[in-house]
Amino acid sequence: MNQAYDVSHLLAGAMLVTSFALLYQQRIGAVLNAFAVQSVTLALAVAWAAWSDNRPDLFITAFIALVLKGIVIPVALHRTVARLGIHREVEKVVGVGAALLVGLALTGLAQALVVKVASATSGHAREELALALSIVLMGFLMMIVRRNAVTQVVGFMSMENGLILAATGARGMPLVVEVSVAFSVLIALFVFAVFVFRIRERFDTVDIEALDRMRGDRR
Amino acid sequence: MTRDLVVQFLAQGAQMTFVLLVAPLAVGVVRKVKALLMRRQGPPLVQAYRDLAKLLRKESVIAGSASWLFRTAPYLIFALTWVAAALVPSFASGLMFNWAADVVALVALLGAARALLALAGMDVGTSFGGIGSSREMMIATLAEPAMMLIVLTLAIAAGTTRLAGVADYFIAEPFAVRVSLALSLISLIIVALAENARIPVDNPVTHLELTMVHEAMVLEYSGRHLALIEAASHLKLVLYISLLVCLFAPFGMAPATAGVGGWAIGLAAWTAKLLFCAALLGVWEVSIAKMRVFRLPDFVGIAFVFGFLAILLAFLTRGVFE
Repeated sequence: MNQAYDVSHLLAGAMLVTSFALLYQQRIGAVLNAFAVQSVTLALAVAWAAWSDNRPDLFITAFIALVLKGIVIPVALHRTVARLGIHREVEKVVGVGAALLVGLALTGLAQALVVKVASATSGHAREELALALSIVLMGFLMMIVRRNAVTQVVGFMSMENGLILAATGARGMPLVVEVSVAFSVLIALFVFAVFVFRIRERFDTVDIEALDRMRGDRR
Repeated sequence: MTRDLVVQFLAQGAQMTFVLLVAPLAVGVVRKVKALLMRRQGPPLVQAYRDLAKLLRKESVIAGSASWLFRTAPYLIFALTWVAAALVPSFASGLMFNWAADVVALVALLGAARALLALAGMDVGTSFGGIGSSREMMIATLAEPAMMLIVLTLAIAAGTTRLAGVADYFIAEPFAVRVSLALSLISLIIVALAENARIPVDNPVTHLELTMVHEAMVLEYSGRHLALIEAASHLKLVLYISLLVCLFAPFGMAPATAGVGGWAIGLAAWTAKLLFCAALLGVWEVSIAKMRVFRLPDFVGIAFVFGFLAILLAFLTRGVFE
């Protein structure tokens, strides 16, 4: 067990913990802060990988993660929340306990899956991949259990955090793809922001349950 | 051979006595730190000893509806907790009881003490005792499985459930950051806060009807019975701090082969760590508010989640799934 491996594993584990924090928090402001922490941890993890594996191009990835997702997006979302006037709103989730249990099950699923699928790879890459896949699944879960449009955006971004972590561990994603993904995420944020305001204009709320009526399956 | 045995016996006896004697001091440190941070003078460090002495002198009033259980429970609770505290390696890992210092046994002893306390709380038939017991059990149903998960995580890492063995393993192992251990540390801290009725789970100084858990159960006790229960709760605090220290910061602890000199170093290190952790607890308690009772399952549930994550990661590292 070498030090480089320990630290990267620790940072990836910390990201998974923040994923659980995202599920646990009830206030929107706290959710956004947890997301910022996760992104900064991602930046640290990527920077550590860049330094320890001597792959300087990853520093750019780390920098993008830090600036865009650690600072710009959380600040923008905080502003959106403030403008919507929902910063004190306590969100009704499925129930924290149930969400956390489902999250645990998903983590177990991710690990079992990665062990089966990627049995040829080394232990290190496999663990990193398992953690990244759990973070992606937790992002999915967050998009499912949260009903507020802003926290849905956070779930999406947190999923993307997991993807970047996976790309770092698997030594795959070339820089061009990396940069374009980062920018498409940023564009997605703008789209989401416009979308959120449109939802509110139309329904006077950002609770996406109101969208059910648009589909026609009125209860 | 005989001399060795006598030395071993004396060392174990000294450990038990020392744990018992230092426990009220640890509680005193927590209170003093809390008071100082609130810019109060606070009770002197020896106040906990004085309280115990006062209670021991006083008459014990027993409700008319109390059964034998109410009278015997304090003695049993105290004995169980003391034995449990003796099992945790504090300053040396080679003491006499260490062959029995299995973490599972430790959890069982504490669980038995808790069951007795909950029964005693309901025995007199007052509503407060019942509410305290029910809340205590609610917390315990979440904290105990979390504790078992932590234990199993450490057992997987060290290859043994013997506490002394785990401590020896971590002393020998070069320092390494591992996610599963970090997660179990957080989890164990939450469990320790819940089990010791500290903020944010329970407030040890309040007697407010709506919030008290531990105090509600022991409300009917007085005199020497109360003194025993208080001493047991002090011991439990020291036990959990020793457990945390022995598992996650065992440096300075005398190894199994050490002589009296090693024990002296171990004793000094352990006392310092104990008082440091007590001071940290004081800082923690000042900086956080108590949670609503209905929020508690979520908080203690985090301990369970982290324990589960820790064991999953430990499995993954060792490739158990294959």
